[in-house]
Amino acid sequence: MKILISGGRVIDPAFKSDKKMDLLISDGVIERVADKITDKADTKIDARGKIVAPGLIDIHTHLREPGHEEEETIASGTRAAAKGGYTSIFCMPNTHPPLDNAPAVEFVLMKAQKEGLINVFPIGCITKESAGVELAEIGVLKSAGVIAISDDGNPVMDSQVMRHALEYTKMFSLPVISHAEDKNLSKNGVMNEGGVSTVLGLRGIPNQSEDIMVSRDIMLAELTGGHLHVAHVSTEGSVDLIRRAKKNKIKVTAETCPHYFTLTDEAVKNYDTNTKMKPPLRAQRDVEAIIKGLSDGTIDCIASDHAPHTEEEKNKEYDLAPFGIIGLESTLSLVIMDLIDKKILSWPQAICLMSGNPASIFGLNGRGKIKSGCVADIVVIDPLKEFVLTKNSILSKSKNSPYIGKKMKGAAEYTIAGGKIVWSEKEGINQ
Amino acid sequence: MQLQRKDLLGIEQLDRKEIELILEAARPFKSLFTRSIKKVPTLRGKTVVNLFYEPSTRTRLSFEIAAKRLSADVVNIATSSSSVVKGENLIDTGKTLEAMKADIIIIRHNLAGAPAVLGRNLHSSIINAGDGFHEHPTQGLLDLYTILDKKKKIEGLKVLLVGDILHSRVAKSNIWGLIKMGAQVRVAGPPTLIPAGIENMGVKVFYDLNEALKGVDVVNILRIQMERQQDNLFPSMHEYIELYQMTGDRLKYAKPDVLVMHPGPMNRGIEISSEVADSPAAVINEQVTNGIAVRMAVLYLLSAKAGGEHKQKIARNS
Repeated sequence: MKILISGGRVIDPAFKSDKKMDLLISDGVIERVADKITDKADTKIDARGKIVAPGLIDIHTHLREPGHEEEETIASGTRAAAKGGYTSIFCMPNTHPPLDNAPAVEFVLMKAQKEGLINVFPIGCITKESAGVELAEIGVLKSAGVIAISDDGNPVMDSQVMRHALEYTKMFSLPVISHAEDKNLSKNGVMNEGGVSTVLGLRGIPNQSEDIMVSRDIMLAELTGGHLHVAHVSTEGSVDLIRRAKKNKIKVTAETCPHYFTLTDEAVKNYDTNTKMKPPLRAQRDVEAIIKGLSDGTIDCIASDHAPHTEEEKNKEYDLAPFGIIGLESTLSLVIMDLIDKKILSWPQAICLMSGNPASIFGLNGRGKIKSGCVADIVVIDPLKEFVLTKNSILSKSKNSPYIGKKMKGAAEYTIAGGKIVWSEKEGINQ
Repeated sequence: MQLQRKDLLGIEQLDRKEIELILEAARPFKSLFTRSIKKVPTLRGKTVVNLFYEPSTRTRLSFEIAAKRLSADVVNIATSSSSVVKGENLIDTGKTLEAMKADIIIIRHNLAGAPAVLGRNLHSSIINAGDGFHEHPTQGLLDLYTILDKKKKIEGLKVLLVGDILHSRVAKSNIWGLIKMGAQVRVAGPPTLIPAGIENMGVKVFYDLNEALKGVDVVNILRIQMERQQDNLFPSMHEYIELYQMTGDRLKYAKPDVLVMHPGPMNRGIEISSEVADSPAAVINEQVTNGIAVRMAVLYLLSAKAGGEHKQKIARNS
């Protein structure tokens, strides 16, 4: 089975190449990249005017299976991801039961093998039941296949537990992903603390709820030499702290999400619960700091934090709706519109943040780059494709997006995972 | 003249003209109260539902009397004895009331934005009777009416709100209304009870009550709730009384003809001394009377849009 992609602008962040080339895929691997390839192929893709890049890697997805299959399943989540241009996703362990034990991780991997459309890499819990008290069996989780550990959704409030996590994982080279939130400060808060929360009468979460924990975790990473990865950075303070930590050679990496560089807490007006997530939408100066952090390399990855919730759960009073929004099917377009088109990032930089860096930070060998011998995880992007994001167009089981109704630009035309076309704009999902 | 909107969710959305329209409409209704027959047929045949998710006596009663004086049919629902305890959600409860052809639903809820959720999902008119820490627009309007009635103007007056601004929907509605009507607004309280970014609403913040009182025309004293102390927002009631109780001595810092208001229910001896509460400067009972007139005006002015078709709902949003 051979696929020839010709005439596209091939971007490879790992080798800093960005030029018009042809690419030949053979039996699941990249056989050759060259100026002109004339080999016979079973499928030919005309990529003139398109971007050809390593398949996108989402390091922060909630697949909800097992436990909340009404919100998302491994089958539906991987389809949504394929449509969004992703060939690999990391799934967070806050399922029911949580991924704090090897059988649960094996279940996810088995299901992904059977029903998933693209690669699924599970993240294991830091602590048993993500309760923040006792370390989970991290070594056993690693053998079962986890790629990192996190208690995402819950911060590890006990500094000693976090210290031990960062210390213990050094022998496995597993990153510890921090959901940075001081629970005592965020308390019952449901949105950013500031003028808007005051007007709306909603309880606020101050920036410092995040900043304090980012600061603590950086200090613990310095103390232990462990690898800290900060999830969903939303504040100016966090960006500054991470920038300084990197300067001091502390082993810290970080991600942000599209909503933190496209929206502010003004979007909460009208009490639309699709603007409710953790951390919350912040102020304009935070958005500007995030954008600066993306352009200067302080922030390493752009993740979706895809957090599906049903309409029944979301269409209610703001306080009662759960935190989280979906993002697999809108992230690429938002990066194109708000970062690339606005000249904040170049195409190679953007691909680096969405594929190259995720692969290198989390040690995915043979992915996140375009080179002969690498896994044939490829996305062909039409940067000019225009569409309106509608509920009907969304493949995720849940439709909780603040971008519904928004005019989008740029989308995946083909997603190829392991040498197989799993999504094409013309034919849709290919099982 | 009618209000060109389906719902009254807050004073934030009203412009000065609309506020003036409501205040003017309340005046003739108030003059009814001295007659032997206090009732007019304005809302005959309309159904008004009081949907209260929080305990309330005065606001619920005030709306009920207002609607009855307009000849509407009034139904009261206390959620503690309704399908809500069986787990029915807000939107479904609202849709049930709409199916029973409720023209106007008056909602009191402990969560901010609950009236907005109902307004989005229903064709019936929604009146916010207080939602969480957000707004209590009819209280704000009746406070404006009382000030206007006593001072003959609002523009240029110095008005002080004292106490728990953070958890006060009354404060929020008062601030919006007063600012739109051209008053200068001050708030005073311990920093832990002043919400973030309140200055953006156009108010001046004071921590020292005596300082804040200097030269004010109106002081509106907010109720302090016992549970705030448990949240560690101030150390003790004793200290709160020391620093923020409105006493006769303190009131001397204000203008001699200062108006003293309180949205009730009062904690005598806590945020307000009996000396002040019972002084001629206090208009607390008049606020209650005016509340009925203002709520009659709101019900009347919204009734044109009440129970209307879907297109009106769209018109409101555009």
